[in-house]
Amino acid sequence: MDGHQKKPESTTDNSARRLQGTAMGVNHFGNVAEDVDSYGQTWKKLTVLCKKFLPSIALALLCAIVGTFLQLTVPGRLREMIDIMQLGITETLDIHSIIHLGIILAATFVIIAALNYLQSYIMVGVTAKISKKLRTDISRKINKLPLGYFNRVSMGDIISRVTNDVDTIGQTLNQNISMLLSSSVLFIGSLIMMLWTHWLMALIAIIASSICFFISKAVLKRSKKFFKAQQSELGSIVGHIDEIYSGHSIVRAYNGIDIAKKSFITLNKNLYNAAWRAQFVSGFITPLMSFSGSLAYVAVFVMGAALIIRNEISFGVIVAFIFYVNQFTQGLTHITETMPGLQSTTAASERVFQILDEEELSDETDKTQKLLDIKGNVTFENIKFGYEKEKPIVHDFSVSVKSGQKVAIVGPTGAGKTTLVNLLMRFYEPEHGTISIDGIPIMNITRAHLHAQFSMVLQDTWLFEGTVRENIAYNKKDVTDEDIVAVSTSIGLHHFITALHNGYDTILDYKTNLSEGQKQLIAIARAMLQNAPMLILDEATSSVDTRTEALVQSAMEKLMSKKTSFIIAHRLSTIKNADLILVLKDGDIIESGTHHALLSQNGFYAELFHSQYSLPA
Amino acid sequence: MKIIKYLHPKEWIQILLILIFAITQVRFDLLIPNQMRHITMLAETPGSQLSEIILSGGLMLLFALGSLACVVIVSFFASRVSAALSMRLRDMLFSKVGAFSMEEFSHFSSSSLIARSTNDITQIQQFTVMALQMLLKVPILTIGGILGIAGNGVSWTVATLIGFGFVLAVVVCAITATIPQFSKMQNLVDKLNLLVKESLTGRTVIRAFNAKKYHEKKFEETNEGFTNTDQRTGRTMAIMSPVMSLGTNGIILAIYIIGAFIIISAEPAQALVTFSSMVVMTFYLALLFTALKFITKVLPRIPRVAVSAKRILEVLETMPVITGGTRIEAKPGCNGEITFKNVGFKYPGASANALEDVSFTIKPGETTAIIGSTGSGKTTLVHLVMRFFDAVEGEVRLGGVNIKEYELNALYNLIGYVPQSATLFKGTVSSNITYGENGTNAYSKASINHALQIAQATEFVSTLEDGMNAPMSQRGANFSGGQKQRLSIARAMYRNPEILIFDDSFSALDYKTDREVRDAIKRSAVGVTKLIVAQRIGTIMDADNIIVLDEGRLVGSGTHGALLESCQIYQEIAASQL
Repeated sequence: MDGHQKKPESTTDNSARRLQGTAMGVNHFGNVAEDVDSYGQTWKKLTVLCKKFLPSIALALLCAIVGTFLQLTVPGRLREMIDIMQLGITETLDIHSIIHLGIILAATFVIIAALNYLQSYIMVGVTAKISKKLRTDISRKINKLPLGYFNRVSMGDIISRVTNDVDTIGQTLNQNISMLLSSSVLFIGSLIMMLWTHWLMALIAIIASSICFFISKAVLKRSKKFFKAQQSELGSIVGHIDEIYSGHSIVRAYNGIDIAKKSFITLNKNLYNAAWRAQFVSGFITPLMSFSGSLAYVAVFVMGAALIIRNEISFGVIVAFIFYVNQFTQGLTHITETMPGLQSTTAASERVFQILDEEELSDETDKTQKLLDIKGNVTFENIKFGYEKEKPIVHDFSVSVKSGQKVAIVGPTGAGKTTLVNLLMRFYEPEHGTISIDGIPIMNITRAHLHAQFSMVLQDTWLFEGTVRENIAYNKKDVTDEDIVAVSTSIGLHHFITALHNGYDTILDYKTNLSEGQKQLIAIARAMLQNAPMLILDEATSSVDTRTEALVQSAMEKLMSKKTSFIIAHRLSTIKNADLILVLKDGDIIESGTHHALLSQNGFYAELFHSQYSLPA
Repeated sequence: MKIIKYLHPKEWIQILLILIFAITQVRFDLLIPNQMRHITMLAETPGSQLSEIILSGGLMLLFALGSLACVVIVSFFASRVSAALSMRLRDMLFSKVGAFSMEEFSHFSSSSLIARSTNDITQIQQFTVMALQMLLKVPILTIGGILGIAGNGVSWTVATLIGFGFVLAVVVCAITATIPQFSKMQNLVDKLNLLVKESLTGRTVIRAFNAKKYHEKKFEETNEGFTNTDQRTGRTMAIMSPVMSLGTNGIILAIYIIGAFIIISAEPAQALVTFSSMVVMTFYLALLFTALKFITKVLPRIPRVAVSAKRILEVLETMPVITGGTRIEAKPGCNGEITFKNVGFKYPGASANALEDVSFTIKPGETTAIIGSTGSGKTTLVHLVMRFFDAVEGEVRLGGVNIKEYELNALYNLIGYVPQSATLFKGTVSSNITYGENGTNAYSKASINHALQIAQATEFVSTLEDGMNAPMSQRGANFSGGQKQRLSIARAMYRNPEILIFDDSFSALDYKTDREVRDAIKRSAVGVTKLIVAQRIGTIMDADNIIVLDEGRLVGSGTHGALLESCQIYQEIAASQL
């Protein structure tokens, strides 16, 4: 009897994936690993990972093997016992031998159970630790990867690697490695024992118990189609629900619910039809397997009885065979169950190692140069850069910014404004050219040290789950409550925060309904609190209304005085008083100067400005 | 499990059938050992005929097939019942959510409602199948197994019951001990997901603020907690398998030894009966342990499914706060009039009022603009006119009557609403323009064209391959923001409403299109009341009346010129934009 437990699969956001869990159980007998080479590679890496736990794993495997060997001795002893009793029906029963055998068997059973538990206990611990290490490694890795990586890989994909894939590795490693080994021993052992005990009966038993096994394999192959159908129906209905729920205010305002309901009913009916079919087909397997057991028992009994009548075997053989058949089918089922299990381990490990093997940002431990007593002279020299090699965004950009200047970068979408910031912060490295601060090329200082020189507000505001206070203070130590309140007040955020139900201790999570503008203000407060020597504002106030923006600006103004600052803005009103306005188009500066100088040039900037502020006639 | 009440008689009949076939199956299963016993007797009786043995074997095969058939039938009904139940629940949820207003949506959040309508129902479906196929059989198998054993002697039965009881106790203890751990683990998994997601979405900020360590520490704490719980649960659950096999083996051994003692003191004929019964005892035991296996499979799922059921019931048992009245028309002569009378509003759970003591009247056919800073209550005001929420204080009157008196469909037929972000649906361009039911006009190509023209959308729609019939993907993903916004405006125009509401709908348009759209609306929607929420002063300066909001209060109203003179906040807004 087997009773190993599966942890409930971890929930994922989308139900299609969850369903795959069920479908997976059915895909069990599916395809063979296609790429033997990468298969080996992945396992090599897994082995390296397990190295630290090798003694524990070896002990667990030893437990499994010894336990299995002990299991194989059981039918033989039972046979002896039965034979003694069979004799006892007509002659005197040798009760001493029975008790003797009984004690041996009882001891065997207890030892098997103990070994079993010891094995599981060790493996649970090992796999829990391996999974933990993998999760930690990936989470650290995320911070070490060049930002370009995230343009290629979707977020959902990475998240699913940390949780689902690692979880799969943990579960399958735990159950499958020792199970594969012990099942193989059990399978081969029982096969040998059967053949050795009586080859003819063995043959019949094996044939009988294998027939249904192959039938169920065939059934499973066909059932895939039903699962696919279910999956796709589920996909359509989730899509519909998502659309209607997300657009509920329009649905309501346009009395659209009846129409939505109509298509929903059709989709729901389709899903019903697909769902019960898939469920039904997958329900075939267990009864087929147990029927296969019955078939084998019938064969053993009929054949055995016939042989007994001819005095060829004793009755104990039948009993022994009942147990062998049980062991044989158990071994067979477990082996076939572990195969796809190991396949999913491989697939999952491959995905995990893929991210762990990604090339990291260059090592910087040898960079010791520091920016001391920073003045804030920033120069860009002949910078060339493109996110993709073939598509340069910045062609040949040079500019020299003097200490304390307020530099605005304007231009149409895609002109390369944010790209310049990305290069300045070394989120990306230029293909060509040098950026220097106070004459020191930023390549020569560590990223961390460089970042410490800037307070930064990004276009996409980012808040994390935590209190408002934590979001504002963020990574900065020694921040007093007064500091936070002062900053918030200066940008008009304080009133809003105190109106939240827990004030500064309100936890911001998916339930908190903050407008884009409010989020931006929190991000601004965070950057202001950092109070670094230089400042970068990338569309920092794009979602804030103009009046609040003016308030933020005056607060910023105070902060920016004497600091070199870079401001990217969409609304030109924001940057009228900049010391230097750089007008970017297709990665090159096409105009530069102060607001008034540029307006009087009557060029591209003037055109941009007038298109925004022309009033209706 | 209150979910059960949503099963219909049709399903109850199927469940009854499941029960009948499950009992039949166990009966078949119990017949098999009888034949085995018979064969054993024959084998041990000299002079038996082979044909008799084969006959018995044939019968066994027949019974096994019968049992298989019963299981398949049970699985058939179980699949249908569970799929039907989940279909019904999904349907009920969808209808219920359809009646929800923003009040309920903000309480549940739409992503949670989506999860409840999909994932949670899948959980219920999977559990129902297991419950019907396994849990329902547990008592039948147990009773069947015990009866089978009991028919063969008291001492065996006692030994079995002791052994079985012991294993059952261990299994139940292990499961009940781990159940609370499972929900704890689920929370930790969610937390891990969230933390990874955060470090991904915030990657630039994290780097810019040198906050790697800050996040790694947070992650490590959760990771540690998860690993410990995971390990603890795994080790507790690992007890079950060895105990179950020890139990089975132990009971078999006990039966054999007891058998030996019975045989030793019995007559040969009687001894043969005992011997044969003893041999087949394994098969009765198999029934008992199948029952146990079912328990170990189903029980651990209960906490999770209970959570899902609770989440579904929460929605089903929520009564929409906002329900319609009976009125279907405005007061004659007041068509298109909007009045706020000392209106105050607070979002559920918020501590400060979003709107406070707001009063104004918009006369029929007038264009009124609302302006104010972020969070000043502009959109809230629109939501009250749309009856997405109800005012907490004061009253909102539409067409001379309290808005609550209208039947909801009738109310929305009066209004053409264009929200901040355009929401479009899967279908075609024209199905989106004619979206919903407006009570009056039937589908007309000319009206669609007219609506497109006003929204300045004719040009880009005509460049589409299928023009008006061009496909629209879910959420309008195949159109640009500006295009979607124009289609959303066309949709409102198509309704020919008495009132048009634009909630910051023009920001997604460039300045030129913004003006063209507004001019076209002005020309064609004569006599229609227009309420425009805007950020740009340029958008609203020619309105008949401008309402200035600040922190939920009305701080000024009048024309652009008048406000420039008198309203300080308006002056500030103007100054920041000009």
